[in-house]
Amino acid sequence: MDILKKISESLQLGDDVKVSVLTKEALEEKIPPKEILDNSLISSMNIIGNKYKVHEIFLPEVLLAAKAMYAGMDVLKPMFIQEGIPTIGKVVIGSVQGDLHDIGKNLVGIMLKGAGFGVIDLGNNVPPEKFVETAKQENASVIGMSALLTTTMPVMKKVVELLRKEGLRGRIRTIIGGAPVSEAFARAIGADAYGYDSANAVDVVKRLVGKSE
Amino acid sequence: MRKIIKIPIDEVRLSRNDILKTQGIPRGKNPSKTIEPLFNKAIELFLECSKPSGIVSEISIPEFGDVYKGEGLNEESTPLDEIFRKAEALALFAVTIGERVNQKMAQLFKENELVLGSMLDGAASVGTDKAADMVEDYYFNMLSKKGATTNSTPILRYSPGYCGWHMSGQKKLFEFLKPKDIGISLMDSYLMKPLKSISGVLVAGPKEIHKFKDSYPFCIQCKTHSCRERIRALFKESKPKT
Repeated sequence: MDILKKISESLQLGDDVKVSVLTKEALEEKIPPKEILDNSLISSMNIIGNKYKVHEIFLPEVLLAAKAMYAGMDVLKPMFIQEGIPTIGKVVIGSVQGDLHDIGKNLVGIMLKGAGFGVIDLGNNVPPEKFVETAKQENASVIGMSALLTTTMPVMKKVVELLRKEGLRGRIRTIIGGAPVSEAFARAIGADAYGYDSANAVDVVKRLVGKSE
Repeated sequence: MRKIIKIPIDEVRLSRNDILKTQGIPRGKNPSKTIEPLFNKAIELFLECSKPSGIVSEISIPEFGDVYKGEGLNEESTPLDEIFRKAEALALFAVTIGERVNQKMAQLFKENELVLGSMLDGAASVGTDKAADMVEDYYFNMLSKKGATTNSTPILRYSPGYCGWHMSGQKKLFEFLKPKDIGISLMDSYLMKPLKSISGVLVAGPKEIHKFKDSYPFCIQCKTHSCRERIRALFKESKPKT
């Protein structure tokens, strides 16, 4: 069986040790790192994402696969020493100021990385200025904000307003999510999009950066 | 009366199904063989890192009326506004499983132990809820000893941030209850720290007072409608208390 296929199978089974070993073998076979990344690691995570969307597998299986993907990426990282791991776009994510809820945002980050995005995770309790500053510094194309409280939702509006004030609205797009947030709220505050769960967020971010399948 | 309750961790009974539900695994489905040991490890970590404690403080109906009013941001008409006035007894409560679980979860995610981190989060949420059930039981027993309640007088809890009771209601609730004594503080956003904490009011009274329709304007935005399950459970059987 071809080695990329073997990596894909091990990744889908969530076997991080095997993925790491096989990725090293693939490099020894002189397969270009970019090819391993695109045609094995990311493509397998896409399969996992699609299975998750149709409830064929559940969250723990996705997370196991993600861990396996990271193991493969760790092997590839030194090969991209100058420009870093190639991505299809950079996304800055965080839970907004006043909010300490992390899990939902973490899942979105994991799924985005799995889809090939570069993710800068600012953690929780993130002030509006920090989102915008980081997006500028990192040349990110999307800011993803999470809020689980009605009292912290207004912070999302502040980020959108800051972007508008700095003339960055078209260049840096915004997506929001979290239990009390809705499509209507996204429209009301001028955010570009709303993601109802982690899998949906990936589709929406892909659309925002023009990478939809 | 105000009481601090130390909750023995081995008495916090975690339901496997409830934890699996937090991971999106529906009832009747089992996690794969690879996941099973991680599930067990998450329970172990929960037991190791949690330090549950609660606080309960009796409050009169007029006093609660003031707490409930909060910062004046509640929805115009809410179920609780009707319910608490018909109560036989009320108590404010708060419960937490402590900060260590959160620190452990953050560490696990940092180390890419994603399944364990996520499972521990699920176990911690379920565990906090169970600890709140135990505070509810404690209050029931407190009332029973005084002869103030019977098995047909159940207790249900309501929390700020749900069913039209605005999150800012936490401010007055905290002023009255002072849950700092069990290590819970309130952020400016009215979020409790440690994150795995629950606060609210325990309402003792005939089960009929808890019956309401989920047709309030704010019910449209509600994604869980968990009130239905609570009300159904109440009318299905009176919870036997010890």
